[in-house]
Amino acid sequence: MSKRLVEVENLKKYYPITVGLLARHVADVKAVDGVSFYILEGETLGLVGESGCGKSSLGRTLLRLEEPTAGRVLYKGSDIMKWGKRQMKELRKEAQMIFQDPQSSLDPRMTIGDSIGEALLIHGVGTEKERLETVEELLKRVGLEPQHAMRYPHELSGGQKQRVGIARALAVNPKLIVADEPVSALDVSVQAQILNLIMDLQRELGLAYLFIAHDLSVIGQISDRIAVMYLGQIIELADRTELFSHPLHPYTEALLSAIPLPDPHQKRKRILLQGEVPSPVNPPLGCRFHTRCPRVMKLCRREQPELQLLEGDHLVSCHLYG
Amino acid sequence: MNNTVLEVRQLRTYFFTRSGVVKAVDGISFGLRKGESLCLVGESGCGKTATALSVLRLIDSPPGRIMDGEILYHGEDLLRCSAERLRQIRGNRIAMIFQDPQTSLNPVFTVGDQVAEQIKLHLRLKSKPAMERALHLMEEVGIPQARERMRDYPHQFSGGMKQRVMIAAALSCEPEILIADEPTTALDTTIKAQILDIFRDLKQNRNMSILFITHDLGTVAGIADRIVVMYGGRLAEAGTVLDIFDQPKHPYTHGLINCLPSISTRRQRLTPIPGMIPSLIDPPEGCIFTPRCERRMPICSQERPKEVVISGEHVVVCHLYS
Repeated sequence: MSKRLVEVENLKKYYPITVGLLARHVADVKAVDGVSFYILEGETLGLVGESGCGKSSLGRTLLRLEEPTAGRVLYKGSDIMKWGKRQMKELRKEAQMIFQDPQSSLDPRMTIGDSIGEALLIHGVGTEKERLETVEELLKRVGLEPQHAMRYPHELSGGQKQRVGIARALAVNPKLIVADEPVSALDVSVQAQILNLIMDLQRELGLAYLFIAHDLSVIGQISDRIAVMYLGQIIELADRTELFSHPLHPYTEALLSAIPLPDPHQKRKRILLQGEVPSPVNPPLGCRFHTRCPRVMKLCRREQPELQLLEGDHLVSCHLYG
Repeated sequence: MNNTVLEVRQLRTYFFTRSGVVKAVDGISFGLRKGESLCLVGESGCGKTATALSVLRLIDSPPGRIMDGEILYHGEDLLRCSAERLRQIRGNRIAMIFQDPQTSLNPVFTVGDQVAEQIKLHLRLKSKPAMERALHLMEEVGIPQARERMRDYPHQFSGGMKQRVMIAAALSCEPEILIADEPTTALDTTIKAQILDIFRDLKQNRNMSILFITHDLGTVAGIADRIVVMYGGRLAEAGTVLDIFDQPKHPYTHGLINCLPSISTRRQRLTPIPGMIPSLIDPPEGCIFTPRCERRMPICSQERPKEVVISGEHVVVCHLYS
């Protein structure tokens, strides 16, 4: 029975909006608005949602790359929000991040070898010789050649840069990797290579992933459990197979029905969502999804539904199941 | 029965850069019929955007140059007609939507002005009737509260809405042909689905011919009548949507379809296409897919394969079928 590596309790991240020369605080972008979940050792939790749902903010806040507004994050049972600088530095060895844009996350003036080895240097791991050996091993592990260590980011393709990002994250032997849209910017043939790499590494190293993406096919490929996010909140969370076979929340159903299938024969019945995602500055009262929900009821406009645990370890936040 | 509205013949577009001559489009031919949607499919660097830009002579010269070929619009060669004639056709008979609506819309003009601009130019309507027409178009593409929103600026619209504005602007003169370059790529899944619906309606209600450029096979399956698969600036395979998905012949097409993650491939390793997209500077002799092809033969690196008809519309460019 796997242990809970990370436990998130009612996490919130608000970005203040200020107006005028004196920066008067007038409102907040409620990017993450009360999110709770856990990640087991060695598992992949997929986090899916459309732009503006707060998934990237959640990923960064989870690792305290941005300070949360409220809530707790327990790493191996201890609340990292209370940790000081020294403990946080230790956390950086345990929990790493892979970013979406391989271009902007690599320092263009550092060689690949230096980028990968930087964390080792910062944490004082090994002698210089040992660090060079580790970098070489990491390059091989992610499918690159040792000679890539001498190259600069601009000399590599998108897929290669993403492999470097992964090697860099692995350098410190983490237990958890937060992957924020790691394959969205890649062509499909390269995407497949990188997804395979991510899955292989999990098997070899027992890594846990929080895998953030907007593409449900990619999420479905890689996740053990999936959390669906809408306007700052998790509205459904279930085992991968369970979610795909029994989606409960109307938003999840719509997302699933909107996946463009590479199959001209399958004419899926599309669930059309009206309108656009509301602004996270002023989310709708009641259930946040009610303005677009094809199954909206009177109650939905007044009251926010609670996240309930249903049969099959299936969490959903919707009045249809109240 | 010849209802071909646009015919591209042996198009070659090269870019003369400091690193060498990039053979972005290296001899491609295809035809577009009235009321059909033809998808140009391929990954980055395959030449699909360069092809689309060449049709309307929108290639930046220098460094680009259309070296050779014909672009026949109802028999008239657009590559050899006068600049004046081209101006009459662009925006009026053949319209184009570019990938990133962010950069295509002028931030200092209202949306209404930008949709009406083409109408005033080509149809020579006065301001008021032009704006009325623009309003109808914005309503047609599903922009809510169109009358009020006409006076808004691009930055006040979401990605999906901006794309609708682009489509409205493109439709303004009732073009016969619409060229759409990755129109849904930057959009969320549910919005993608909405925009694809608009294209399907256009095809049906206006009998419009659409040249749809994308790398996403899922989108293609949803919208294409016929497909042209491009690789390395050349044709790999072409046929009806059923030909390509049910009976892909070219190893690249096979690879492309097989490497897609899907919600049904439960956590299995994907089958990626090995290697990387080739540089188009000084491509080697023979078939440009050879280094990545699992079924390569000696002749593949010696001779460029010729087009072979498999059946009806279905053609492939590959030595396996010569």
